[in-house]
Amino acid sequence: MPSLHPNVFEDCLIRVENVSKIYSLDTSGGASASVNSQVLFDVNLVIPRGQFVAIMGHSGSGKSTLMNILGCLDTPTSGHYWFDGRDIAALSDDELARVRNHNIGFVFQGFNLLKRMTALDNVATPLLYAGVSRAESRKRALALLDQTGLAKFAAYQPSQLSGGQQQRVAICRALINNPPLILADEPTGNLDTQTSREIMAIFQMLNREQGITVVLVTHEDDIAAYTQRLVRLKDGRIVHDEATAQ
Amino acid sequence: MNPLAVVGEALRALRLNRLRTALTMLGMIIGVAAVVLMLAVGQGAQTTVNQAISSMGSNLLLVVPGATSSGALRSGAGAVQTLTMGDAQAIAHLPSIKATAPINTGTAQLNYGANNWSTSVTGVTPDYFVVRAWAAESGALFTEADLRSGTRVVILGQVTAKNLFGDEDPTGKTIRIKNSPFLVGGVLTPKGQSLDGRDQDDAVFIPLTTGQRQVFGNQFPGTIRFMMAQARSAEVMDEAETEMNRLLRQRHRLSEGMENDFTVRNMAALAAVATGAAKVMSIMLGAIASVSLLVGGIGIMNIMLVSVTERTREIGIRMAIGANRRAILGQFLLEALVICILGGLIGVALGVGGAWAVSLATDMVVVITLGMIALAFAFASAVGIFFGFYPARKASALRPVEALRYE
Repeated sequence: MPSLHPNVFEDCLIRVENVSKIYSLDTSGGASASVNSQVLFDVNLVIPRGQFVAIMGHSGSGKSTLMNILGCLDTPTSGHYWFDGRDIAALSDDELARVRNHNIGFVFQGFNLLKRMTALDNVATPLLYAGVSRAESRKRALALLDQTGLAKFAAYQPSQLSGGQQQRVAICRALINNPPLILADEPTGNLDTQTSREIMAIFQMLNREQGITVVLVTHEDDIAAYTQRLVRLKDGRIVHDEATAQ
Repeated sequence: MNPLAVVGEALRALRLNRLRTALTMLGMIIGVAAVVLMLAVGQGAQTTVNQAISSMGSNLLLVVPGATSSGALRSGAGAVQTLTMGDAQAIAHLPSIKATAPINTGTAQLNYGANNWSTSVTGVTPDYFVVRAWAAESGALFTEADLRSGTRVVILGQVTAKNLFGDEDPTGKTIRIKNSPFLVGGVLTPKGQSLDGRDQDDAVFIPLTTGQRQVFGNQFPGTIRFMMAQARSAEVMDEAETEMNRLLRQRHRLSEGMENDFTVRNMAALAAVATGAAKVMSIMLGAIASVSLLVGGIGIMNIMLVSVTERTREIGIRMAIGANRRAILGQFLLEALVICILGGLIGVALGVGGAWAVSLATDMVVVITLGMIALAFAFASAVGIFFGFYPARKASALRPVEALRYE
């Protein structure tokens, strides 16, 4: 098991230093009447390459905000975030899009597959944004679906698939560019227990066999039990960070 | 994302919302069709005017009687016939003039067998046909000898010939004009509409002398209704006009300060006015039609804005999986452009079809050129880019987190 708090940062994929996030909500009164609400307070977090981490917390604890920052979907108000040694705050919108495309795979609670597109096209889309030709994208997407036993659903649209099947297609989409990191936001939130177990087994397999770093947001203890490390957030602060009893 | 894939994504999105795409496209179709149709009608009007001008004959000057006053009594133009055969002959000798054609006109009933037809009867000299560049299609025109002896010979216009004779060949037959028998010498080639909208082919021509004696019953022999004069070239038109004015004032014994009792009209100037008016009309028609294209463009913007709002979550997902702003911008801009180009194509087809239908249903001349199709098409694409840009910008400026959270 990798060490939790490495002294050297070379091998860490994610390094969050004193990150705060403040949302200013503009009310109808204009700029002077804006209300600030701070969601994250000086969060520090280091995740080494190849770790399987669960982030837990009640709603409003800031875990989704932290997840968005880790996923380069949002930027911190203050503090630093180094992803794979790069300072994210210094990147332009297009460079952030590139990082999301090449280095991060997203898995969402609501699956977030593109409606009325086949499973195959859904999986192939990130490749299109990476500049791969349509034919090549489809070939690689089909190969990946085949590996995960989903080839027979390639021509199905999301609405024709069960929740578990949709989530597995979404995982394929997250994996298509071979990212070092997968971010999963309550990936089993919409699934029954049996399917949840299957999905978690996939994450575990990806982590163990391919060395992919997986960061998972959940509020269920038995889901968190699949991971190696548990980070608990409360009111925008990390209140608990330890290895799970795995 | 490579350009071809962007086109594919745009087409897919449009296919998913067939009805909406079709309705949006309708605005474009109507706009482009209207522009093509209006340009075709406008161009047709210009062509009609140009044909009428060239059918008039080249380098023509028209001399008509003007207002006269004798003592305190003033008469309007044409009330008194002030022009004479002598005037015409004198003008013909001016150095800048090639030929003159003195003309008398009247209306008479024509009979052939059981058919009758009332039309304008024009008394002319053989030079008239030279000045008007009008040839006989069948038979022959009358000669100077006919003019001198006052022969009862008549030359028919196409329309009159058809109405009196149907499919029969009129040459050599005898018709009656005001109950006097006239031998048909020949039938003229068709000329079409004149500038003032009259059908020039609905007329018959007889020798001027014959007309004066037997048809018009003129109380002042030797006077004429008006005359045409042909200048030697376009360059001497102004010179000819001045010379004619001077000569006629002299011949009519008008002292200085007296008003002209005739008017010389330069037909080239008249033609320029008519051409200008036709051009203004076609520009105006085009402008009116482009308003509908503009409205179509606003429709596109409207729909695209709705579409961006509706697909906010989709945009968020695309951004999360790696779409950069340019890819989103390109996708939405391309959707607008595809609507415009497809709509433009259908609109051009509809406009051309409509123009064809108009030319069939009415006697209006319509002219379609590749240039106007290209213009309508370019205009449609410009509208698409212009009105598609704002919604596309809006889509690409969305923040990924907020777009993803959108329900």
